[in-house]
This record gives sequence, C-alpha cells and structure tokens, in this order.
Amino acid sequence: MKAFSMLDRKLIRDLARLWAQSLAVALVMACGVMTLILALGAARALDDTRAAFYDRTRFGDVFASATRAPESLKSQIAAIEGVSAVATRIVNPVIIDITGMAEPATGMLISIPDHGDPAVNRLYLRSGRLPEPGRDNEATVIEAFAEAHGFRPGDRFDVLINGRKRSLSISGIVLSPEYVYAIGPGDMVPDQKRFGVIHMHRSVLEGAYDMNGAFNDVSLTLSRNADQKDVIAWLDSILEPHGGTGAYGRKDHMSDAFLDSELTQLRAMTQVIPPIFLFIAAFLVNMILSRLIALEREQIGLLKAVGYTNATIAWHYAKLTLAISLVGITIGAIAGTRLGHGMASLYGEFYSFPFLVFSQEPDLYVISTLVTFAAALIGAANAIRGAVRLQPAVAMRPPAPTRYRNLFNASAGGFRLPFSQLTVMALRHLVRWPLRTALTTLGTALPVALLITSLFAFDSVEHMIDTIWFQADRQDATLTFAMDSSEDAIREVSRLPGVMAAEPFRAAAATLRNGHRSRNIQIIASNPETDVSRVLDRDFAAVTLPPAGILLSERLAGHLGLVTGDQVDIELNDGQGRRVLVPLVGVTNSYVGLNAHMSREALDRLSGQGGLISGARVIVDESRLDDLYAEVKQTPAIASVALQGISRQRFRAVIEENIGISITIYVTLAVIITFGVIYNSARIQLSERARELASLRVFGFTSGEVSSVLLTELGVMVLLAQPLGWLIGHSFSVLVARGFETDLFRIPLIINPSTYAVSSLIVLGGALVSALIVRRRIDRLDLIRVLKTRD
Amino acid sequence: MRSDTAPSRPAIFDVTGLTKIYRTGEVEVRALNGVDLRLEQGEMAVLLGPSGSGKSTLLNIIGGLDRPTSGSVKFKGEELAGASDRDLTLYRRNHVGFVFQFYNLIPSLTAWENVALVTEVATHPMPPADALALVGLESRMDHFPAQLSGGEQQRVAIARAIAKRPEVLLCDEPTGALDSATGIIVLEALARVNEETGATTAIITHNAGIRKIAHRVYSFLDGQIASCELNEERIKPSEVSW
Repeated sequence: MKAFSMLDRKLIRDLARLWAQSLAVALVMACGVMTLILALGAARALDDTRAAFYDRTRFGDVFASATRAPESLKSQIAAIEGVSAVATRIVNPVIIDITGMAEPATGMLISIPDHGDPAVNRLYLRSGRLPEPGRDNEATVIEAFAEAHGFRPGDRFDVLINGRKRSLSISGIVLSPEYVYAIGPGDMVPDQKRFGVIHMHRSVLEGAYDMNGAFNDVSLTLSRNADQKDVIAWLDSILEPHGGTGAYGRKDHMSDAFLDSELTQLRAMTQVIPPIFLFIAAFLVNMILSRLIALEREQIGLLKAVGYTNATIAWHYAKLTLAISLVGITIGAIAGTRLGHGMASLYGEFYSFPFLVFSQEPDLYVISTLVTFAAALIGAANAIRGAVRLQPAVAMRPPAPTRYRNLFNASAGGFRLPFSQLTVMALRHLVRWPLRTALTTLGTALPVALLITSLFAFDSVEHMIDTIWFQADRQDATLTFAMDSSEDAIREVSRLPGVMAAEPFRAAAATLRNGHRSRNIQIIASNPETDVSRVLDRDFAAVTLPPAGILLSERLAGHLGLVTGDQVDIELNDGQGRRVLVPLVGVTNSYVGLNAHMSREALDRLSGQGGLISGARVIVDESRLDDLYAEVKQTPAIASVALQGISRQRFRAVIEENIGISITIYVTLAVIITFGVIYNSARIQLSERARELASLRVFGFTSGEVSSVLLTELGVMVLLAQPLGWLIGHSFSVLVARGFETDLFRIPLIINPSTYAVSSLIVLGGALVSALIVRRRIDRLDLIRVLKTRD
Repeated sequence: MRSDTAPSRPAIFDVTGLTKIYRTGEVEVRALNGVDLRLEQGEMAVLLGPSGSGKSTLLNIIGGLDRPTSGSVKFKGEELAGASDRDLTLYRRNHVGFVFQFYNLIPSLTAWENVALVTEVATHPMPPADALALVGLESRMDHFPAQLSGGEQQRVAIARAIAKRPEVLLCDEPTGALDSATGIIVLEALARVNEETGATTAIITHNAGIRKIAHRVYSFLDGQIASCELNEERIKPSEVSW
C-alpha cells in the first residue's frame, strides 16, 4: 500500500485541527443531503406506489354520478371515443352502527358485480374473500376502518340501508384505489373510526335501493390517447337527463387530490430546502478555505518554491473540501434514510396502500453526493484560485496591510458619531468585506425564513379552525336526509333528543357557466339570516343571503371569471335542462371546496319546486349527544351525519401531530444553519483579528470589552438578518400557501407577529450560543505570542 | 559611568528574586533566574542583552502580561505577582503604556482613533491630538496605519501608549523593525515623552548604541542581570551611533 504523501498528512492534520468548523459545515451539508434523500425518496415512494396500485386496481380516469340512470346507457358510455372500460355502480351514503361506539359512523356503500371483478376500481383483497353469490348480507370493508375497530372476516356490524337496519357479515378486508385517502363527509382529515367504505353485491343494492336495471355512479378508464375533456363532455350529455351531477377527472377525485397535494409538498421540499443548505455550505466552505489559504500563504509559497505544481496544490485543497463534504454526505444519507423510513410509516397511517416502501435506490444517493460535491467545490473554487495565483516569491512575504475607509466617523477635528473606537473597529470591518457581510447576513436570515415558513402553518391552521368551525359552520352536526323533504322535516329534526337549534338547508347539484367556462358544484341554500351555519364574506363578516342572486366563493368566481354584478348561467342538474341567468351578488370566503350559496327562497324559485330541504344543521346539548346518536341510528330518513365537533378535534389533533413533527425537523435544521454560519463566521473573525484583539487586552481592555468587538460585528449581521429573514420567510410562505391551493382546500396565509418573534428568537438563541463558544477563546488568547509576531 | 549603589529617587518597581520557568511539553526553560531589579520614578532604563536572555520576560511580568513562577514584583509597593487577571487588566489599563516592535496598531482605526481607543477608557488622559503632537504627527491624524510609514506607525504607537499619562512606559524593541534614521526619530519621541510626562520608561533593545540615552542600563545574560550601570552623562538620541 502506498504511504500517505506529505501533503495528505498535512490534509489529515488540518482536518483534525479544524474539526469543529469542518463539522459545522458538514452538518449543514448533511441537512441538505438529508432533506434531498428524504423528500425525493418519499416522493418517489408515494408516486411509484400510487402508479403501481392504480394500475393494478384499474383506478378510473373519469367519474360521474347521477340520480338514476338506466343500465342501457352503459353501452352508450362505452362507445364514447377514448373510453376503454366502464363500470356502473350503485353508490349511497349509509349510517353505520357499531356496538360500543355511541356516535354513528358514516359510510359509503358501493356495489360490486355479483360475478367477477369490476372493470374499473377493483378491490385489493387484504384478507378473507369477496362476498359470495347468494349471501346477501356479506360485505367487504376497507382496511383502515376494519383496523380502527379491530374487525376481522366473520365479524358483524349494523348498517342503515335505505331506512332498514341490516346486520352485515364481513367476508373480507380490502383496499380501494378510490379511498387511499379516505375522508368522511364534513371531515378535513381521515377519521378511520368514523368513516367506512363497504362493498356489497350489485343485486343486493339494486333490491335495497329499488334500483333494478339502474345505476347512480359510473367510473371510466380511458385509452392512452383519449381526450379527457371530450369524454367528460359526452358523459355529461348522456347523464344529464338522469340527474348527472357532472363528470370529473382524476385530479378532482378527493383521494387522489390529497395524494397529489402531498406530492406537491414533497417536490417543493426537494426544490427549496436542499438548495438553501447547499448554498450556505458553499459559502461556509469558501469562508473557511479562504482563511486557511490566507494562513498558509507562506507554506503555499514554500511548496511552489520547492517545485509542487499548481495542480497539486489545487487538488490538495479540493481534497480537503471533498473530505468535509464526505462527512456531511454520510451523516445526511444516514439521517435521510432513517427519517425516510419514519416518513413512510407515517404515510402508512394516512394512505391505504397495500405496500409503501421508502425508496432507497442508489441513484438517490449518487445524486445527493454529486450535488453536494459540486456545491462544495463551487464554494471552494474562488479560494483555491487564490492559492493557485500566488507567486512563490510574493507568497513568502507577508500580505500588504488591509486598507480601510474612513466611515462611521469624520476626521479627527470634525463631528464624530457617538461610537466608541471598539464599535468603529467592528463596523469598519463589516464594511471592509461587504460581500462576506452580506452573505453571512443572508446565511443567518435563511434559518429565520425557514422557521417562519414552517411555523406559519400553526397560525393558519388556528385561523382555519376558527373560521371554519367557530365563524362559519358552528353546528355540532349536519344531518343529511336520504331525499329532499318538505319544510316540515325541520320540525322533526328539532324534536330529536338534545337538539337545541336546527337550521334547514337545501343542496342542489348544478352546472355554473360563464361563456366557455363551467363548473359542476352543489348550490347550498339556507335561510337568509342564519345563526348556526353562516356564510362569510371576504372580510369574515356574516352575510345575509339576499332573496335573489347567488354568492360564490372567491376561487369559484375566479375559475368562472366572474365578478360581483355579473350574470351566472345556472343549470340545475335535475334533468330538466333549464338554464337561468342569476346575478352574482357577492364573493365569499372559503377554505374548503368550491362553494355557491343562495337563499332558500332563491333556490326554490330557480328549481320551481318550492319548500324542499335536504338536511339540517343542528346545535346539540352536549349532555344528550348519546341520545341523539342513538336516535339518528334509528332514523331511516337520515342518510348521513357529519359531526363537526368531532371533525374539529380530529383535525386539530392530526394537524398538530404532523406540524409538530415537521416543526421539530425545521427547528433542528434552522439551529444547525445558524450554528454553522455564526460559529464559522466568529471563528474566522477571531482568527483574522487575534492579534488586534490580543493587543486590546494588552492595552488594558477586559475580555468583555474585547469580545464586544466581535459580538458587535456578529450582532449587527444577526440583527440585519432578522428583517431580511422575515421578508424572505413571508415570501416563502406565500409560495407555500399558493402551492397548496387546490379546489379542495386552500391554506390561508396567516403569519402572526409571534411567529416572526419566535423564529427570530430561535435564531438569536442559536447565534448567541455559537458566539459565546467562540467568546471563550478570547479569554484564552495568548497575549505574549501575538505581540512577537507580525501579521 | 559608575556602578549603581544607592537609590536616589522613590522606586516605581521593586523586583526581587524573580524567576520564570516555561514548560512546553517536556522541555523546561528557565527564562528568568532570580532577578533583582529596581526602577525609579521618572527614569529611563535600557535593558540590553542577547535573544533569550530574559529581558522580554521581565518586561511582560512588570507590564502585567505574565506572572512569575516565584519571586516578588512590587509596583509602587503593591505586589503584582499574585494579582488576579482582572487586577492585572486594570493595572495595565491605568498605569502602563506599551510600545512593541511591530507597532500593534488597529488597521481599521486612523492614527487619531488608535490613540482615542486608549484615552476612551483611561481616567486622566490627554487629548489624542496632543499625544500625536508630542510625537510630531499632528498632520497625519486621519491616516490609517496602511497609509503610514513604519516610523510613523511606531510614533502613533508611542502616542497611544502615553496618551493615558501612564506612570510606566514599556518598550520592547521599539526600533527593531526600523532603519536608523527612523529609529532615531522614534527614540527622540521616547526621550521627549520621558522628559515631558515623567513616565518611567524601560526600553528593550539589541542595539548597544542606544544605552547611552538612558539613565540606567541593565544587561541581561541567561535569565540573570549581568550588570547594572548608571549613565552620568546621557547623550541625545540624534547622537546615537546605530
């Protein structure tokens, strides 16, 4: 084995001597590598798994529902150009009664063919088997629901199907591509206990819902070159006479849209966070190497004098850089892989896939390594160039003294700012190297920005919870009837046990158009003055619904290109094909879904069928909740129930857990960056100014006073970094909020002043600790040695 | 020239049995070996001797930069040998002015500011401009060290050292980095300062020619004082043969 060359020995000793600074840089690099591996690995895992699962289960490309369409339409639908498979089904919401659980669960009851697999949206059997022909009370349930209740094949539970209670026997436990992310009515996050998906034979549901030879739901897969828009248009025209509520593609499918938003988040993470770390790492490498080369100036001169080539010297310093990077890459790869497994298992809780493996393909590590090496070498390039350019004769002489500019004070006789000479020293040094000062400031601003971008989620979620559940939907429960009923039904609801207030609403599926733009949505009609559930305008004030006209949520109005005062072309999907122009009387605020609101009077007039209601929102006496639940489980007229109170609690718990995890990660990352930047910056200042600072000690300045020079410099940069960090953090947050905005939900951009303060305090704390570590070195300055040497 | 016997003025430093041993790894260096010495108020002393003879170590100890291994150093009757770090800092701040071979100016401060740096924390300083005038630099006050010659830089260092009106001025090879003409200018400045401020001045030098400007000359050899002489007739710095 070849022995180490002398230069390599020097390299190893340099690294050992610079271990603390090198480690600080390596940790910053490690954060970049970790987030890259984590986010890229998780995104791949999710993307690949989703693609494989969808492919295997033939997940639909286009979905639509109707009130009742004859089975004969199936062949018409199959004949649409581009359609490769069609599955017609009967799908209805049900109330599930589980022994030992007071509150009713809700479920979707979905038909599967009596024989063979469905052509679209196949089930993935986890245990047991599909229902057997002839066994009418057999059903499958989705795995998340089964696990939440400890169900196994053979277990039984009760369901209210079209007003009749039926006891079902679980034949098998399945996964469905439609419910990878299974979210119940009124819920914002999955609640596995309260939402179940049940599959039963078509013939059984035909009988139960009186749907012989008819369907109310259809899913299609498309051939490769199909035009989805055309298919949707054709499908809509076929289903329209049968109460079609408007077809939509996969991207508007609830489950898939949630997966997509997770992927968006991961991709954003890959694109934003690793570059921040690598940029800072490059800057730190530049700082350390420049200083090292300045200190080794005479050695470099000597090496050149004895015949070492420029290339050898450049490679020597490049190796030092690569060695530091290698430490960072190793730590980052290990941390990224471990966190990746954690992330995958977290996904396992939310997304029901048959398998979800964190991707550990070698290219992930190769990419991370190359990117980190590249960033480090870019950072090192300028310093190495300096070493290469040094002429041996020049290098062996000390460098020319640094020139400063007479800033922060006029001439000796003139006006002088009230700064001590120590402060002037600090400020002039900052101005002398403006690029370094600017980059250090930016390097300290970025962790502030990173913290704001992650902490603002708390503010936004609190604001969402307040707006959604305390300002808008203040009901404890929303009861939806099996079919629209007369106004008298509200009196029945009021008489249910524990109900203290009940407000009726009517929901009607409609197509809203403006020129070539259109959207299928549900119009929700309420009493003009509501108290339980309120419509909020853009200033969060409750709106009185006018006797005529429609209100649209901001995003929906935007999609349709409408502003207040415009006419909205409305067609109710009631099979009558009547189109009416209705004025847009206001734009509302909404964080969930696309919303259209009218007064009941206005909708009744529009539909021509007066006085119908689809359900009620109720306020319930908490002490009688169980009585209400028991009654609801027995009431055939109530098709589904959304429990807002429980949804709110569940939402808060899940979001806080998720945010808690991500905040722990981001705070750690921010502290590492702060430490890396401030510690290195202070160490380099100390190295450059050791002689100056020791001289001050000799003249009788105390350690505290001497440290103040260093701390003033750092302090100015750290303080300047705060407003800069707030600004960058705000901009990042705007991007994040926009990135998340979909038709399903949006995150409001709410950043409380306390979030700016907390972000700054964390970084200030990290900076202070780093500075104090370096300050201890000032106490140990060797006063005598520095006086005997020249710079 | 006669050998020193009886003190004529009150002592500012009284050093007895001073020993300093440095340990670096396994090597032990006896830098001072039982030195006795006395400096009187207002006098100018020159410490002569080859490299490693212990003069700088002595200067560092009486300047409060270092502590002896054994022995006693009294400054105006106060013992320095066992003083705390904080006390030594205050001692340097209030009583001692230093001038070094490599000037030790702060490159980011102008000449005036380098002086003001010290006067800001002193109790009875003279105005920085006066201190600079005393060394003949009144026209270079707004220049940064990088804009000054070596001699000018050293004179700024002297102005900085005396501006606080120290009782002691300690100079370690103040002309060591200078050519003869510049060295003489610096020595003139030191002599003038000694004359006008009455600060006890100790100058370390390799240059035996300088000895004649002092009141008293200590010669060092191997960590001990080999001889101590009093100059009955002092010469002017301009008469020093380099």
